[in-house]
Order: sequence, then C-alpha cells, then structure tokens
Amino acid sequence: MSAALQNIINQPYKHGFVTDIESDVAAKGLDESTIRMISAKRNEPEWLLDFRLKSYAAWLRMTEPNWQNAHYPQIDFQAISYYSAPKQKPKLKSMDEVDPELLRTFEKLGVPLHERMALAGVAVDVIFDSVSVTTTYKEKLAEVGVIFCSFSEAVKEHPELVQKYLGTVIPSSDNFYAALNSAVFTDGSFCFIPKGVKCPMDLSTYFRINTEESGQFERTLIIAEEGASVSYLEGCTAPAFSSNQLHAAVVELVALDNADIKYSTVQNWYAGDENGIGGIYNFVTKRGLAQGVNSRISWTQVETGSAITWKYPSVVLLGDNSVGEFYSVALTNHHQQADTGTKMIHIGKNTRSTIVSKGISAGKSNNSYRGLVKIAPSASGARNYSQCDSMLIGQESGAHTFPYIQVANNTAQVEHEASTSKIGEDQMFYFAQRGIDAEAAVSMIINGFCKDVFQQLPLEFAVEATNLLSFKLEGSVG
Amino acid sequence: MIYPNSKTILEVRNLCASVSGTPILKNMNFTVKSGEVHAIMGPNGSGKSTFSKVLAGHSDYEITSGTVLFEGKDLLALAPEERARAGVFLAFQYPIEIPGVGNSQFLRLTYNTVQSHRGKEELDPLEFDDFVREKMKLLEMREDFLDRSVNAGFSGGEKKRNEILQMALLEPRLAILDETDSGLDIDALRIVSKGVNYLANKDNAIVLVTHYQRLLDYIVPDFVHVMEAGRIIKSGGKELALELETRGYDWVSDEYKAAARVAA
Repeated sequence: MSAALQNIINQPYKHGFVTDIESDVAAKGLDESTIRMISAKRNEPEWLLDFRLKSYAAWLRMTEPNWQNAHYPQIDFQAISYYSAPKQKPKLKSMDEVDPELLRTFEKLGVPLHERMALAGVAVDVIFDSVSVTTTYKEKLAEVGVIFCSFSEAVKEHPELVQKYLGTVIPSSDNFYAALNSAVFTDGSFCFIPKGVKCPMDLSTYFRINTEESGQFERTLIIAEEGASVSYLEGCTAPAFSSNQLHAAVVELVALDNADIKYSTVQNWYAGDENGIGGIYNFVTKRGLAQGVNSRISWTQVETGSAITWKYPSVVLLGDNSVGEFYSVALTNHHQQADTGTKMIHIGKNTRSTIVSKGISAGKSNNSYRGLVKIAPSASGARNYSQCDSMLIGQESGAHTFPYIQVANNTAQVEHEASTSKIGEDQMFYFAQRGIDAEAAVSMIINGFCKDVFQQLPLEFAVEATNLLSFKLEGSVG
Repeated sequence: MIYPNSKTILEVRNLCASVSGTPILKNMNFTVKSGEVHAIMGPNGSGKSTFSKVLAGHSDYEITSGTVLFEGKDLLALAPEERARAGVFLAFQYPIEIPGVGNSQFLRLTYNTVQSHRGKEELDPLEFDDFVREKMKLLEMREDFLDRSVNAGFSGGEKKRNEILQMALLEPRLAILDETDSGLDIDALRIVSKGVNYLANKDNAIVLVTHYQRLLDYIVPDFVHVMEAGRIIKSGGKELALELETRGYDWVSDEYKAAARVAA
C-alpha cells in the first residue's frame, strides 16, 4: 500500500473535539442508590423506579456475554459514571435559547439545525449527553396527533403510553446490556403515531456523546398504532477521547395492525485512533415487534464508527402477513471490530423477512455478520431471503459470516446467499489506467457495493452516508 | 500507416524491469511514431504482457534501468492515472469485473476525468448518454450494456468490446492492445478490429500484443516485432508475421543467437 494511500486511511476523526459545556456528572459506580438518584433527578414516578430496580436486580444475576467475535479488555462497571446532563435552562421556548456553544457543535458536525428544519422539514429531537435540549416541530406534529418528544418528557406527559409499552419488546431481563440500560437509562426519544396517521415528516434524532467516561444509556420507544406509518432517522457522532466509552442503548418498536415503521441509522462514533486506542463500545439492543397483521418494520443501518459495534436490530414477526426488513452496511477500518446482524423471528402465518448485509473491512479490522432466521411451528408459509456480502480491503482485515437458521415449519422457504470480494490491486489498476485516481475508484466501488442498502435510506441520509463512507475509506487500497 | 515526418510518440531505451527480484525485461528497445501500427509477437513468457503493463505503470513491476519517453516526456515519472490522462491506453487482456458499479457511470467518470485533465469540456449524464450510444454503434453493442455492472458477467467478446469502447471515448495517443484477440470468436474479432481501424489515425499509434496472425489479417501492422527473454530479437514488416505463422519462433531465436555469437 502506498504512503499516500496510507495517509488517506489514517485521516484523523473529523468530528474529534470536545465541546466545553458544563456537565452535571454523577460520581462513578453503580448500586441501588445510583439508580434512586437518577430516578429522583428526573422526578420519575414510582412505577418507573420499580422498573429500574427490577432491571438492576436482573442485571446483578446476569453475567457479561463473551460469545461475540470481538476482543476488548474487561469492562469495570464500577468505573463508569451513570449520569451526565449538560447544565441548561430548564425550559426552552425557541432555538434562540439554546446554548450557543451547543449550536456551534452541531455546526461543526455539519448539522445546521435551522436549515435542516426549514429545508428538509425534519423535526430534530436533539440529544446532548442524555438530556433532550430542544424539541422542534412538535406543534406541527401535534396537529395530527403525533407525539415526538424526549423520553423523560413522555414519562411526564404520557405516562400511560410509556408504562403500557416500555419493556414489552425487550424485557429488562433480555440480555446483560439491555438489563443495564433498563436500570440506568437517562433519556432518549419517544414517538407515538396514532391510529391511521401517516407521520407528515421524517423524525430525526442526532445523538452525541460528550462527557468523558460517561456511559450512555439511551432509551427509545416508538409505537405505530393501527394503520399508522413513520420514518425515523438516527444519526450519531462523538468526540475523540482516549479512553473507551460504553454505549448500551435500547430501542423498542411496536407496530400494530397495518402499521409501518422504518428506522434508519447512520452511526459514526469515535472508533479509536489508528492503533486501536480509545473509541466507543457500542453494545445496543434494538428490536421491533410486528405485532399486528400486515404490519411492517424495516431497519436500515450504516455503521461506520465505534471501536466495537455489537448490535442486532431484530424483528419479531407476530402478526400474520407481517414483514421484517434489515438493510445494513457495516464498515470497519484500523482496529475496529463489528459483530452485527439481525434476528428475524417468524411466528405469524405468511410472514416475510428480507436481510441484506454488506460488510466492508479495511486496515486490521474485523467485521462479522451474525444473523438468526427462526421459523416457529406456527409460521406456515413464512419466507426469508438473506444476502450477506463481504468486501475486504488490504491484506490484514477479516470478514466473517455466522448465519443461524432454525426452521420448525416445513411450508417455510428460507434462502441464504453469501459472497466475499476484495478490492484488489488489479481493480485499482484498471481504474487508474482509465485516469481515475484511487480515492474516486474506492468511492465508486464501495457505493456500488452498498447500493442495495443506500437506496433504502431517506434521500438526505443517503447522501450523508455516501459521503461518510467515501470519507472513511477513499484510497484505502493501492 | 507510416507517414513522412511523423512525430515520435514512444521511445523506450534499454528498459529493464523485474517482478519480485526476477528480471523480466532485459534491455528492451522500442520506438513508435504517430500513425504507426506495431505488432509485438513472441512465445509465452517472452515479456510481451509485462511490457504492456510496465508502460501503463503497474505497481508489480520494478524498473531497474532504462528510460521511456512519451511525447518527449519521462513516462516513468508519472503515476498510472497520469499516464492514462496523458494519452496512454491499455486494453487489458483480462478486463476486471467491478460488480455494483454501473457501466454508464464508470464510462462517464473515466471520460470526464480525462477530459478535464486535458482542459476539455465534461459531459452531463444526458449528453454523455447520447455520446456513448453513438460510439457503441461502432462496436455493435446492445443498448442494455450501459445498464450492467462494469464487465460483470460479460462474455469474453463483450469485455473486449468494452475495452475498445473505452479507447474510443478516451482517444488515446498511444493504445496498447494486450491480446485483445484472445477469447474472441470470428465475428467479435471482426467487430473489434473494425473499431480499432476506425480509431487509428495519423496522430495516434497502436501497439498490438498478440500470439496470432489472425488478428493481423484484420488490423494490418506497419511493423512486426518478435520478443524473446525480455527483449526484441527481430523486427520486420507485416510479412514477418506471416512467416512466423508458417515457421514458428525457433528460427528467429536461432538466428538471433547466431548473430550474438558472431558479435562476440
């Protein structure tokens, strides 16, 4: 690999900076009193404190999982601060009241909030270290009955909805990190699309981790009632810190009869430096329950950041004729490790699922697809199509595919296709011989490779994702 | 065709190149003037394909000594993409498949990249579409060809036609066709040759690397060279190729060795 190309791969993290905002940070460590403190800080009702304490009790009985294809030092859960909130005026009526330093942060990230709202018509629920700073377009959404707010606000304003659905898709005892999240989550987003409403705009949340050593435990809950539909966008960036940050979010989606939820993510958290020092541990539990007949849940993700990514956005296909989709691009470089995929659990009759996974590994990184397709005895006529493609860049990267297929109904059809390709010297030479430099060539090859996934993204996200991959990979072959 | 007072396009002097420490080209000398068509022939392993790739700048080959001037400039100092933009074109023996990358998108990128480096006008997708379809007629290519991925799933003949289409788009000063005839049936050979002949003019030059006379029935060379062990051991006119067809290469090799003994 030539020196010039090596330089391009080793470009420092573009969004690596720390915003100087005073944070209210809890002391490190976790016990029952920490949980009571978090709950008290947020003026939570008794039932939510109970939920947290039960989750904590479940977590204490669980052991940290170690089956994933990733290697990292033991996490000391007592060395993490479980609460951090920027000091802000309690209530903001307009954007003018938002801390200008915070707005500058978004400028650097290329998220011009005003423009984005005005031009794209996107309501951005801005999350800054666990606490929602401002929620926009709420009124317009309220006109059609859509609730889009921070999780804590939902707890105050719509406790009956939160209580009804919280933990129904991902029970607090589901897994180690989901239990931890359920015990200590601070904030996140809440969406409720009432019966028959097509959400008039894409809902978007930009996440950003800012305080060093603070664990991030976001909680997202999205409910689409009968015949409702919504497209939700999640995008993430984080500053460059030298110590690892644990992120264990939980996202729950519920789709009732004929409802449609599309959830798109572009993730670009700090991945560590070129020697693998620092970077975010992203251990996320995302699951959708296609509860109603003809309901549809679609996950699209573009994972480019984090030192370790460990997530399996899944769909439980409970309703007859329900549809689950998973479109994923996972890109790893340097020493990044990604173990990601999906679970499609077919329970209802004639349920259908599609899995399209594209893994790109460069540098010394390791990229694994892990997916489960499970057809229950009740799922007559169920169908699944899975396609897992891996692309290797350079000599030192690794790609792995771990498909698990369990079929307990003989009327089901399950298809799995996999391929591995390599951006080789010969491909690059072919482009060069046609006058095209290495950066443009890699960009074109990668975008071609990811096309099936990118076309699932909302337009402005697709553009961002294309730029992001190009930025992260251009010229990484020579 | 040989034109009086034509300019020298390529001048290779005492070129030596090796791959992983093994010398492949040994004192290669080769001169091409504008308007000319050269054929380089020779047995397998004689260094023909290496020579093509060295001219295009493939990184597997290390230049150990010698010079290459392209229109009077040091070609070896240029990166492969710079050579392409300057007008060196290599039609690959085995064109690479690039799944997922649309052919029309690829062709437009290469065309516009080269155009902009030559200070010429770039074309937008609609203009380019008209332009490329016109060129495709020359090579009797089907319309759906533009919608497919670059070379992916193409037949041998389609791949080679795609190479010549790119030559037609990029209008190189020097086109090196590395065994373009291999894997072609007689119809495809005729079409590809027609394309090359159409593109040949007094301002450019063509170097055909081939094993077989049959290509030279369609594209008639001004000069035929025989390579062996990394150098040209005999040059002649188009009749040399016919002689090779009937007599093989051994006599050329014997002649060269005898001459070398006399010289010693």
